[in-house]
Amino acid sequence: MRWKTTALAATLAAFAFTGSAAADGELNIFNWGDYTSPDLIKKFEEKYNVKVTITDYDSNDTALAKVRAGGHGFDIVVPSANYVPIWVKEGLLLEARPDQMENFKNVDERWVNVPWDEGRHYTVPWQWGLTGIGVNTKVYGGDINTSAIWLDPPKELVGKINVAPEMNDVLFATIKYFGGDWCTQDKELLKKVRDKLVEAKPKWLAMDYSVTEKLPAGDYSAVYYWNGAIMRSRIKNPDIKFGYPKEGFPYFMDSVAILKDAKNVDNAKLFMNFIMEPDNAALISAFAKYANGIKGSKEFMPKEMQDAPELVVPPEFEKAGEFLATCEPDVQQLYTRIWTDLQK
Amino acid sequence: MASAEEIARAADRKDIRDRWLLSAPALIIIFVAAIGPLFVMLAYSFMVKGDYGDVKFGTFSLDGWTSVLFERDIFDDTLGLADAHLTILWRSVRLSFYTTVLTLIFGFPTAYFISTRPPKTREVWVFLVTIPFWTNLLIRTFAMQQVIRNEGLVNTALIQLGILDRPLQIMNTDTAILLGMVYVYLPLMVLPLYASMEKLDFRLIEAGYDLYASRWQVLRRIILPLVKPGVIAGSILVFIPSLGAYVIPRVLGGGKNMMLGNLIELQFGAGRNWPLGAAISITLMALVMVALLFYVRNVSRSEAGHG
Amino acid sequence: MAKRPFDIRAQPGFGFVALLTFFALYLPIAALVAYSFNAADSLSRWDGLSLRWFISAWQNSTVQDASIRSLVLAVWAAALSTVVATMAALATTRTPPYPGLTFKYAFINQPLMVPEIVTAVALLIVFSRIKVWTGYSGLGYLVLAHTAFCIPFAYLPIRARLEGMDLKLEQAAADLYANPWRTFRHVTLPLLRPAIIAGFMLAFVISLDDVVITEFVKSGGQDTLPTYMLGQLRRETTPEINAIATVFLALSVLLVTVFFFVNRRKP
Repeated sequence: MRWKTTALAATLAAFAFTGSAAADGELNIFNWGDYTSPDLIKKFEEKYNVKVTITDYDSNDTALAKVRAGGHGFDIVVPSANYVPIWVKEGLLLEARPDQMENFKNVDERWVNVPWDEGRHYTVPWQWGLTGIGVNTKVYGGDINTSAIWLDPPKELVGKINVAPEMNDVLFATIKYFGGDWCTQDKELLKKVRDKLVEAKPKWLAMDYSVTEKLPAGDYSAVYYWNGAIMRSRIKNPDIKFGYPKEGFPYFMDSVAILKDAKNVDNAKLFMNFIMEPDNAALISAFAKYANGIKGSKEFMPKEMQDAPELVVPPEFEKAGEFLATCEPDVQQLYTRIWTDLQK
Repeated sequence: MASAEEIARAADRKDIRDRWLLSAPALIIIFVAAIGPLFVMLAYSFMVKGDYGDVKFGTFSLDGWTSVLFERDIFDDTLGLADAHLTILWRSVRLSFYTTVLTLIFGFPTAYFISTRPPKTREVWVFLVTIPFWTNLLIRTFAMQQVIRNEGLVNTALIQLGILDRPLQIMNTDTAILLGMVYVYLPLMVLPLYASMEKLDFRLIEAGYDLYASRWQVLRRIILPLVKPGVIAGSILVFIPSLGAYVIPRVLGGGKNMMLGNLIELQFGAGRNWPLGAAISITLMALVMVALLFYVRNVSRSEAGHG
Repeated sequence: MAKRPFDIRAQPGFGFVALLTFFALYLPIAALVAYSFNAADSLSRWDGLSLRWFISAWQNSTVQDASIRSLVLAVWAAALSTVVATMAALATTRTPPYPGLTFKYAFINQPLMVPEIVTAVALLIVFSRIKVWTGYSGLGYLVLAHTAFCIPFAYLPIRARLEGMDLKLEQAAADLYANPWRTFRHVTLPLLRPAIIAGFMLAFVISLDDVVITEFVKSGGQDTLPTYMLGQLRRETTPEINAIATVFLALSVLLVTVFFFVNRRKP
């Protein structure tokens, strides 16, 4: 029965495969896929002699479901602004008080008293951005600072538009287009929203994520999409210009939080403090191409990002932007129904 | 001579017991990691949805189930058929059916071709069928995209050859979804077909020709009935997974139109309606299961008829 | 025996369709390999030949770990599911109907019927409880989950072959006093071999591709290549992914070649 023993040993060996224990400690980060700068992690590991493990998620809801179920083993999570209140309400986050940490002075005042985490008792800014318009100006030369680009598209752009397949971003811009407020329950207005979306959809080519390839290559001539991706497209193809929808556009910010059942709380706090250091925050941005919310990080960023028109919101449009708030569950259900009608 | 009968019955009983033992590991694994957890989902489908996903534990509600088929109109509050769900169901069934037929049309000759190669090279051909599938589904879907894009291989070639004067818009259409699904699910058809064709007794075909059967008759009356189990297995393996396809509609279809997989995913994701998601899935499963059992019963009856 | 003017095995057009199918199977793969040598940053532009993406993949330990984890997982899941599926297929074919036969059939095929996301959420709920109780959060959960949904993929081809394989040979062996194990080993198994290979390959491929269930079941640091790629869907896919796929393909071609020659040497 020797082969059985061998097989058993092999099984155990394969299953017992866990990281080396040479480091002083560990840190388990649960973050969006392809969002964590390897250079940042390497620097942190070397500085504090901590072994960092990164695990990806692909949506806020997946991350929430996994952490809520328990037994996950993660220390740090990076939820979006509109999800932070849910995480807090469900009792999943540790009140880590980053506002009392040494490097908190580096956080831009603009990002301190934010609606989802007043005074920053739970979270630290990771990256922020917005959903706006990207247009290939060779194809269309008119005004691009409007949601009409994809809701009432000019004929040059019909059939060449890509819209981000994100329920909240799409509904937000459309509600604003009709002058409504986010989380509105006004049925009359929502009917207009739905009818407009259903009417506009045949004029779109796709609702897809591969903008950084297809916008510069000419597969799409206009997109409603995240600013970082449009900046990358513009770097590849200078004909692409960025527009801020004057009717209203959503900001997003992903923030770093520590989980209540984290096993490595001390290392997680070290990490929070670490990323509020300007040069480290710049590493985050350099990798994922969004702004970060730490003062003084700009000078450490790649040249092409320092004054990018996609990242620096012009003052006349600043008022049009708004953070996606967390809507009441009934409202969310209403919005899901509109979204299903749109995609049926 | 009652004892002989008893012995035979005892042997039968032993045989049945042995058969249960033999299938036990598979049944246990499936129970632990597929069916058991499904009971959790069944329970969830009868609960009140949680505010932010999940359910409110210990509550009871039929909302999940009624909204599979009926919904209150969001604007005038009348109760009507959930036509969005039905539209999505119909699209999924239609595309999956086409996929199954197309994989059969291309897979059958391919499997036949492989099983008529010299025995030593057959396994190499089998590998050749599966090698493209060693690369991940997403990568394969991206590769497919390179082929059918407006500036892709096919369009460029057709324009260069002067067959087309402007690119064919395949990307972001239902055709693209169909092409992608046929491509991705082809081995699921070829391999079961091959497995049942490989043992084809060509003496029967020889006999058929001796009786002046035409080639078509040989195919229709001899080969097809003999490989029927393979056709059934292949069709099941292609049809059912296509119903739940998720990545291909997103990447190749441009994500404008949902299929069932996307609808269910939406309920567990941003839609935050787990009971509805669970109810839709269980409905789907029950439909498929009934169809399948009906099918299997019919097949075994017709086989019994043949003797 | 009269000579016929044609090969009785041939069916008109079948060879052509088969070759066409193989061509279509490999066309996207050829594009994929070609683009792995692309110097440009993106998949949609060709900037000349370069090995930069191979180098970048070589330096990207995240991708390497994920690829290796995918392979290990697929080998385990395919092997386990093929073994138990073969046993189950033997138990559910070539028998007069007995109580529970249809039940077993439905039971074994059940993982096919359920959309992945449902199994995924259900497994998340159950497995995370077990993770909390036992404190074990290794690869075992993924192996178990993958094995379960691979079973029908291995089972169906094996069953399809067994149905219609008659019992005469095995009975003859039994008559010659071979014990059941020897009969199985020397008679049934060789006859089943093509189906077992087909079943294993299917299970292997299915496991390699799985993303949704893995995403929900995985513990910290257990990203597989598909879950890693999922994150890239929203970002930019660079030819680095093609380079990794090309390496995978080269490995599999190597494997097939070895397999072919080993097979040939046998008498």
